[in-house]
Amino acid sequence: MEICAVYEGDLNLKATELRLGLPGTDEPEKQNMSSVRNNKRASPDTAEDGGSKGDSDTKNSDRESAPAAKAQVVGWPPIRSYRKNSFQSKKTEVETGMYVKVSMDGAPYLRKIDLKVCKGYADLLKAVKNMFKLTIGEYSEREGYKGSEYAPTYEDKDGDWMLVGDVPWDMFISSCKRLRIMKGSEAKGLASGV
Amino acid sequence: MDPKRSRNSHESVNSSESTRFPDEVLERVLSLLTSHKDRSSVSLVCKDWYNAERWTRTHVFIGNCYSVSPEIVVGRFPAIRSVTLKGKPRFSDFNLVPENWGADIHQWLVVFAEKYPFLEELRLKRMTVTDESLEFLATSFSYFKAISLMSCDGFSTDGLAAIATHCKNLTELDIQENDMEDNGGGWLSCFPENFTSLEVLNFASQQGDVSFDALEKLVDRCKSLRVLKVDKYVKLEQLHRLLVRAPQLTDLGTGNFQQELTPRQCAELESAFSNCKNLHTLSGLWDATSLYFPVLYSACGRLTFLNLSYAALQSGDLAKLLPHCPNLRRLWVLDTVEDEGLEAIGSSCPLLEELRVFPAAPFDLDINRGVTESGFIAVSRGCPRLHYVLYFCRQMTNAAVATIVQNCPDFTHFRLCIMNPGQRDYLTGEPMDEAFGAVVKTCTKLQRLAISGLLTDLTFEYIGKYAKNLETLSVAFAGSSDWGMQCVLRGCPKLRKLEIRDSPFGNAALLSGLAKYESMRSLWMSACNVTMNACKLLAREKPRLNVEVMKDDETDSQVDKVYVYRTIAGPRRDAPPFVLTL
Repeated sequence: MEICAVYEGDLNLKATELRLGLPGTDEPEKQNMSSVRNNKRASPDTAEDGGSKGDSDTKNSDRESAPAAKAQVVGWPPIRSYRKNSFQSKKTEVETGMYVKVSMDGAPYLRKIDLKVCKGYADLLKAVKNMFKLTIGEYSEREGYKGSEYAPTYEDKDGDWMLVGDVPWDMFISSCKRLRIMKGSEAKGLASGV
Repeated sequence: MDPKRSRNSHESVNSSESTRFPDEVLERVLSLLTSHKDRSSVSLVCKDWYNAERWTRTHVFIGNCYSVSPEIVVGRFPAIRSVTLKGKPRFSDFNLVPENWGADIHQWLVVFAEKYPFLEELRLKRMTVTDESLEFLATSFSYFKAISLMSCDGFSTDGLAAIATHCKNLTELDIQENDMEDNGGGWLSCFPENFTSLEVLNFASQQGDVSFDALEKLVDRCKSLRVLKVDKYVKLEQLHRLLVRAPQLTDLGTGNFQQELTPRQCAELESAFSNCKNLHTLSGLWDATSLYFPVLYSACGRLTFLNLSYAALQSGDLAKLLPHCPNLRRLWVLDTVEDEGLEAIGSSCPLLEELRVFPAAPFDLDINRGVTESGFIAVSRGCPRLHYVLYFCRQMTNAAVATIVQNCPDFTHFRLCIMNPGQRDYLTGEPMDEAFGAVVKTCTKLQRLAISGLLTDLTFEYIGKYAKNLETLSVAFAGSSDWGMQCVLRGCPKLRKLEIRDSPFGNAALLSGLAKYESMRSLWMSACNVTMNACKLLAREKPRLNVEVMKDDETDSQVDKVYVYRTIAGPRRDAPPFVLTL
């Protein structure tokens, strides 16, 4: 009357199991509970659970210990869809990075820098210097960038060109749309604290 | 206003006159009772008390909408002004219940419109509510005051527009965590210009812009507004404009908390917050970083509930903020604060009673961040009054849980979610049985328990033996055999709700609860080991239970999902084709 055998592998269901996993991969013991049942299922509602991670097809694949191929279980962890949706966008943001164009006056083509990778202005300026092989002077609130003919500027959300370094880093990365390294007399204007 | 009723006068002749209160006195006394549990007890004393109770009840609470029918409700309680209804099983929040399962409010509204024309309040949880229903509600009840929808689906902002347009006496519009379709924010403009009665406005779950102009004017003219929770599309500078118009707020849900502000704007915002002398609850704070926390400091000292679960804060951010919030009783955070953040909680919030730690990346199985057992221990050390916890983590140990409950023996709600199903104690490699054993042995007041990790039947033996006040139990990926579930069904006298998924409990377990299910609200089992035969047997033996089965496969005898609940309304008449009522 009882069907405990299913979970002890007596029926050798593993051999006849249909799954989308790679051949030869195994399931850890502890996942046996749900593996047999879930493999039969093709519930449409599983698509929602994926968040932004991979496609829902992987849901029915074997749950192996190799982290990369770990599938997701329907409705687990138990988070309401409202809360899940709040973080969907956050996750993709973190994954794809925050690339902004960097142009330098006189350079034939533009470059791109990932602001997410920089921890602060020091990092950013270092990256810019390396990229364009130039020197940028020291920043001071009063005088901007003193000591070189270059001034790093950025275009903010309102479309204005601002000097890099005036606002806190967090505020900067949330409003910076692109960077421009100004050179020569234009730069001097910015650099001498208008 | 009370509809005067015809009495069964012959009853008074039969009872002993000397021991009876006049009906009027009895009713006067009973009308002071508000707890529905007390009222249920009162109604069981004798027929007179049953009658007096039913005539004086103004609020009815229905924990399972299918346990009773609208006709039965209006038949028994003639004077209802306020209704609370809960619909779908809780696991529907996690996509385990297919769409169109039921729990539609409409038929209830149709019956209420006829029998409760004076209906004032409706509070719904996990029900399907369409725009048509909302319009019907708004136009059928001229005295309607308060609507609260939590975790509901089926409606859009058009439905809200109907409410705003027609409900002239509205005091409460509370839309919490719903799947609401967004057809624009114009609904706010539907409140008439002479409408001023609003006290509670919560549209935090809206997924789009609202007409800010209309919102500002509404807040300005509703002087009794005490709860305002806006959605994440309301910006910081807009928040300022709202706050200066509503310094009387007790409960504020901000919009987006990340916007470039000039120093002057910052100062203005700070001033607005410090003028909110009654503010005790703060939520929203989408995308908040510690950058603008200082504007909150003046209000933080008065806060008793802070919901930071939509702000991905780091431990340092939390450590900066919490010393300003020594009076917190309830705190919700994301696990981005990590153990260090939890340590800050332990050291700054000695009065804390409730902590919820949500995972920021629940489906990211690869990362090793978040909180661990040591954060939980730190909180338990600093917050001895902690009695409610919801904790999502990726690792835990039996010893840690034992320490935690030693520090906080008064837990009433203990919900631990170790996110990897079937995970062992990471230090000893053992199952997590002893952890939950410690919880039930130490926390004698425990009412609600959610278990996780690798668990054998031993956990359930402990629960059955010690958890004498347990009312709600959530089980996932746990247990070894029928014996586990049998222990719980036999041992927990106050059990009302049992929900189980992906566990090896089968027919013997299901049937061992035969005598118990009528004393419970409901039982849910999905992806377990139950077959049709056992369900049919249960249905046959217990006609006052509805045994509803959802199967994957037409021909399979294996049952995918079974939902058992007591009812006086008989089998559902609105069951969709995939739900079989046995």
